[in-house]
Amino acid sequence: MLKEALVKKLDYEELSNCMRCGFCQPACPTFRETGYEAASPRGRIALMKAVADGVMEPDKDFVDQMNLCLGCRACEPVCPAGVSYGQLIEQTREAIEDVQQHPWWVKAVRRLAFVHLFPEQKRLQQLGRLLRFYQRSGLQKAVRKLGLLFWLPRHLREMEAIMPEASARSLADEWQAAVIPAIGERKYRVGMFSGCIMDVLFQETNRNTVRLLAEAGCEVVIVPGQVCCGALHAHSGERGIARKLARINVAVFHEANVDMIISNAGGCGAMLKEYDHLLADDAEMREQADWFAARVKDISEVLGEQMDAQKWQSLPQRITYQSSCHLRNGMKVSNEPVQLVKNIPGATYVPLFEGERCCGSAGIYNLLQPEMASGLLDEKMGHVAKTQADILVTSNPGCLLQMKAGIHRAGLDGRMEAVHLVDLLARVSPKE
Amino acid sequence: MLPAPIRAQLRAIVGEKHCLDSQEALVAYSYDATPMQQALPDAVVMPGSTAEVQEVMRLCASARIPVVTRGAGSNLCGGTIPLGGGIVLVLNRMNQIVEIDEQNLTITVQPGVRTVDIHQAVEARGLFYPPDPGSMVISTIGGNIALNSGGLRGLKYGTTKDYVLGLEAVLPSGEMIRTGGKLMKDVAGYDLTKLLVGSEGTLAIITEAILKLIPKPQTQRVMLAMYADMAQAAKSVSDIIANRIIPGTLEFLDQGTIRVVEEFKKIGLPTDVAAILLIGQDGDPLTVDQDMDKIAAICQKNAAVQIKVATTAEEADEVMTARRSALAALSRMRPTTILEDATVPRAAIAPMVAAIQEIASRYGLQICTFGHAGDGNLHPTCMTDARNTEEIERVEHAFEEIFAAAIELGGTITGEHGVGIVKAPYLEWKAGAAGMEVMKGIKQAFDPNHLLNPGKMFAKESRQRVVVQRA
Repeated sequence: MLKEALVKKLDYEELSNCMRCGFCQPACPTFRETGYEAASPRGRIALMKAVADGVMEPDKDFVDQMNLCLGCRACEPVCPAGVSYGQLIEQTREAIEDVQQHPWWVKAVRRLAFVHLFPEQKRLQQLGRLLRFYQRSGLQKAVRKLGLLFWLPRHLREMEAIMPEASARSLADEWQAAVIPAIGERKYRVGMFSGCIMDVLFQETNRNTVRLLAEAGCEVVIVPGQVCCGALHAHSGERGIARKLARINVAVFHEANVDMIISNAGGCGAMLKEYDHLLADDAEMREQADWFAARVKDISEVLGEQMDAQKWQSLPQRITYQSSCHLRNGMKVSNEPVQLVKNIPGATYVPLFEGERCCGSAGIYNLLQPEMASGLLDEKMGHVAKTQADILVTSNPGCLLQMKAGIHRAGLDGRMEAVHLVDLLARVSPKE
Repeated sequence: MLPAPIRAQLRAIVGEKHCLDSQEALVAYSYDATPMQQALPDAVVMPGSTAEVQEVMRLCASARIPVVTRGAGSNLCGGTIPLGGGIVLVLNRMNQIVEIDEQNLTITVQPGVRTVDIHQAVEARGLFYPPDPGSMVISTIGGNIALNSGGLRGLKYGTTKDYVLGLEAVLPSGEMIRTGGKLMKDVAGYDLTKLLVGSEGTLAIITEAILKLIPKPQTQRVMLAMYADMAQAAKSVSDIIANRIIPGTLEFLDQGTIRVVEEFKKIGLPTDVAAILLIGQDGDPLTVDQDMDKIAAICQKNAAVQIKVATTAEEADEVMTARRSALAALSRMRPTTILEDATVPRAAIAPMVAAIQEIASRYGLQICTFGHAGDGNLHPTCMTDARNTEEIERVEHAFEEIFAAAIELGGTITGEHGVGIVKAPYLEWKAGAAGMEVMKGIKQAFDPNHLLNPGKMFAKESRQRVVVQRA
């Protein structure tokens, strides 16, 4: 029963810490869209607590309301009481998933994605090869020309249109080495977290990350045996699988004995940084998990400190920045990326109005809740258009795809491009 | 559950989407920001216009259904808890700024406009709406008016009541009245505008308001002054006023609050000082500079151990952080945070703070005090745990004594949060028996069937006034 599962999974102490002041509401995208108390963090916590207190049964409305949450965690930095809303919503989703009776095909898709695909990098790469074949063989052109995608909903067609070219080989294969030496004096030994999607769809970004790290004085280890971070699992109520993945990552990075663990995706980084919470009940791994969590850094934190902007080439363009929610609210990194952009000679940094608000991508939210997601995206693109920027920078693959889709959707193709922060820095900092 | 025909009629009035009675909706509108208060309504109704409010009210009057009007639900007195069931009337859809009149210096708003949106709209035109309650980023103007909200600028600029010039309101009968207008002078009959301000949704439903605006001050500056002795901080406050300076901000933190803020924020506050004053002035640059110099000299004279005058925007932000973080820091200590607002005449601040500290230690509770030193409005804040019934009982007794102490010093049980549920048993201490009768008479005249916000303001029985024993 869902009720029992919720009572078991929910941290009642944390529920009690919400003092219902409502300061989270202006930061919450779904509350702003709907104006409905239940669709706000305060409301959702009240619903969770009502279930835990036996005031209400967790019915379909309850489940729908929990699924409507983007999980962007914009409510956390503004919460006076410091409530870990992200933990509460994940506990709720885990309980929902534990008892949910999905139709057979949803079960099959979830199993395929969460058990057989994301945790298995080789399979993702095989899929990447298929995608690459589709993109390169002329099949994509033919399909588009013939209008064969008419049956897809608009948001999926838009995603198809902006899908970057997939990579067929893993990062370690690309570098033909697992350890890339630092250029110049070695300051740190860092472990590169390559990510699952990043390594297939954004390998150029991963390659640039390694190069910039090396140039910044880091010996970069592409730690073998690492797997998907488990963020998509945890957000979708599969914390069990997330824990399994976490144990593997903690073990292999610990083995590699690195000073820092570098992520270039806000979504992954926030998950990695919270492995200590995820594995808190695991007596065997807890200590190593603490070790791991304390070493996780976003690439912008390291480059901000170690890169020499004086050597950068001039880039006389207007640049704006859309924050990754989990980078900002989960990893608490907000100034570093902006500062890096500002340091680019010749560039004009244009602040994006409400650049700290979720773009609607939210992992796979845009695929599951297309209506809310496209509402948020359209509002976002309105603000983006006003910046008249040439380059829209972000720092997470999901956000990057959503921004590319947004540019396409807003008819800004050719006038503006969405770029990962690392790729932008790679442009102005040519190979030594 | 409402009877099916009533439900159907409500849906016909406001539309299906705006009349909810799912479990989810009932729970979501069963609470506000007040700790330990919750009650489920029978339905949640979200009208989009004054006409719809009137129709809903007519229906509820004929069927004798209680109506609790609600904005953001950010109040701290239990003001929007639907104690007797009935409907929660949510006015958030009525959220338009109707007009900004630069000739008459007024803004006309619907009740669901957020306070902060009013600030932004008028400040963009060089105008100023001073009331700034702590919850202004979420609170609605309708709620501010219903509770006569205060804020940090109370000393110099007054509170919500000083800015409401006119109202449109729906009576419990469904009739609509208009009071006041874009008028600085209006003595035509009883002042119903002022009567409705602070009436806590018990007399009428406010559906539109005309607010007074003033020119926006050109500049503002802030400073911190730290004291080894609370009495010297209080003396500084009195001396500043005695020197004919009215600061725009005059806030204070006691030692307990300072320690908790420093522990949480690590901003380098000395934890051995007894009190910190945060003093700000706004106006034209020349006067502001002169006032700040004079204030610094007064603080110096009163043995301030350290004075920090902010010279840049960043420094000003740093200075403000101490006060801004107070509630956040305190609320992280324990699960339940009870924030009260006992208020005394400015000159009685030092004895009041001493009384609070004495009461807290006698009951073995952690009560920290911060607040608006300039207007005597203090926020004794108790960190506790609602699940510990024994401790909560001690908390209640302690606050009872704090209210009594405030009244003894010529103060009041609530300066800006309102009576609602939580202070209803103590209202008679302030208003007196005859005063209560007058208030009840007013309620009777507006709402003879007691449909609007039942159970608020008037308790079933008043508490016996406690005798304060102090050494």
